[in-house]
Amino acid sequence: MAISRTKQVNVVPPEYRYANWQRKYAPYFFIAPFFILYVVFSFFPNIFSFYLSLTRWNPLDGLGGIKFVGLDNYRYLIQDDTFFQRSLVNSAIMGILGGVPQHLVALPLAYLFNNSLKRIKGFLSALYFAPFITSIAAISVVFGLLFSERNGLFNWALLQLHQIPLIGGLFPGEPINWLGRSFWIQPSVALVIFWRYLGWNTILYLAAMQAIPDELFEAAAIDGANRWQQFRFITLPLVRPMAFYAVTLTIIGSMQLFLEPFTLVGQDGGAGNAGRTTMMYLFKTAFTDLDFGLAAAISWVLFAIIIVMTIINNRIFRGGKAD
Amino acid sequence: MSITVPSRKRIKTQQTSRVSTNYTALIIVLIGGLLMVLPLFMMFVFASHPKDNIFRFPPPMWFGDSLLQNYQALIQETEGRFWRIFWNSTYLSVVTTVTQLFFCSLAGYGFAMYEFKHKDRLFGILLATMAIPGALNLIPLYLVLSLLSQLFAPLDAAIRSVLPWFPSLLWIGSPKALWFPGMASAFGIFQMRQYILSAIPKELVEAARIDGCTEFQTYWKIILPLTRPALGTLGLVTFIGIWNEYILSIIIFRTPESQTLQTLLRLIGGGGTNTNVDFGAVMMGVALTVLPLLILFILTSRQMIAGLTSGGVKT
Repeated sequence: MAISRTKQVNVVPPEYRYANWQRKYAPYFFIAPFFILYVVFSFFPNIFSFYLSLTRWNPLDGLGGIKFVGLDNYRYLIQDDTFFQRSLVNSAIMGILGGVPQHLVALPLAYLFNNSLKRIKGFLSALYFAPFITSIAAISVVFGLLFSERNGLFNWALLQLHQIPLIGGLFPGEPINWLGRSFWIQPSVALVIFWRYLGWNTILYLAAMQAIPDELFEAAAIDGANRWQQFRFITLPLVRPMAFYAVTLTIIGSMQLFLEPFTLVGQDGGAGNAGRTTMMYLFKTAFTDLDFGLAAAISWVLFAIIIVMTIINNRIFRGGKAD
Repeated sequence: MSITVPSRKRIKTQQTSRVSTNYTALIIVLIGGLLMVLPLFMMFVFASHPKDNIFRFPPPMWFGDSLLQNYQALIQETEGRFWRIFWNSTYLSVVTTVTQLFFCSLAGYGFAMYEFKHKDRLFGILLATMAIPGALNLIPLYLVLSLLSQLFAPLDAAIRSVLPWFPSLLWIGSPKALWFPGMASAFGIFQMRQYILSAIPKELVEAARIDGCTEFQTYWKIILPLTRPALGTLGLVTFIGIWNEYILSIIIFRTPESQTLQTLLRLIGGGGTNTNVDFGAVMMGVALTVLPLLILFILTSRQMIAGLTSGGVKT
């Protein structure tokens, strides 16, 4: 046994020994950076953050100042913390106001791109997609001016529409304080969200539609199906998996809403905190109040809510598969 | 139910209308598209008007002639540091993009071209990390960075007492706080693996080995040049993401030396309520923040859109 093993080693010339060794272990070195970074900057820190969620801790007190409080933070969030509950409602409202129209417009828009405007769909995609690549912190300043009560473009446009005879009554004659009144903050933020993600969702639906073979439509046309029937019975069922993916992303994004309200109405969410989302509340709890235990608990509750909503969404899309 | 056989003529018209342009749809979609770029257009309009004009009613809707004046005001408002801040953003974005391209293509190559123990399990873990929402990572990441800062603080102080020009070892307030943890992303590795699997035959790697390349040389000389299209797409996605990164930036880059365009916007922006600053200067800063990506987008829009949406398109 021992003899044969030494023999085998001797069979491999020394110059190949390195080649074999490095061939065997090279892939581990190639993939190692990701896993090391993940463990150091995400995995262990997340475990620590879960532990923190069971404590009270102001980081200025140092690691010795951590006080274990059990589930108190979670109990406080769920039972007593009206700011936290309000922030969840705010996120949900802005998510729905901004998210639902996105999909209702993106789907037919993608259909138009793909079927009626094939030749220039590249150009049109770029037009609708441009908002997605712009810095929200920057564009919020522009929206701040457009939304301005006394001198904003939006109020000016509404005023012009108000002066049109017959239909003018549909539009308000008084300027609206979009970002200053708690009632208007959520629709205003939702408009910016709609603006930013419409193109993105359109591209997702467009990609799904492009994957549908033309023969299907040709066959349906031969069978006498009109445009609407083709859309209803070919396009819609076949973009369903993509719709599931896109809606999932919208839900996850809405629950983590931060940038748009933070930059539009400020870190407290404007009048009556109407624009304060859960992420903004988390941000404030951690970096203004320096209550890291509670902040960690918020992030874990938010994580749980996102998981539950994703599962529900999954059920809805799976459940309706029969139709 | 009777089967209606449509005439040949009808089939033909339906097929041609599928390719030809529908003008009603075109007009509606074009108007919508113009509304989408309206805020971007208004941004440049505002940037070319003096501050008094910006707050006029109705607001200006065509370009003014105060570009230079606003630019000078911006330089003044930032006490001459604007290009330094611009450079910080550029440096951060370029370093993140380059390291990301290197480590993601390397790991993507590892996953695509090798068989090794626990490969499937490791790849599964990699995919699973993508599903974890960013909200969960904010607090932990900040804690690690501040812990690292505290660990390195004595060493940093010691080195700086001897060599004052030595780059800071602290993490909070340093660009490495953003680019170092982001050097290799699960998304990027996944993208690179998919591309290498689909575009590069394994025989090429075998041939390189027979010619005496080490495993890393094979990657560097053979794989890397061949993955250029995927690198371009991933590079664009990474660059946009980090250029626009806001939430971590405003926590980490609080010192004047580490300020980026995003943190500058936090200081001077504020939705038109901050009346202490010259708004012409603010709008110029806003336009100069958006302009680089906009130019990049106009040049590469097809590739950029494909890259940003590829997560959904490929699954």
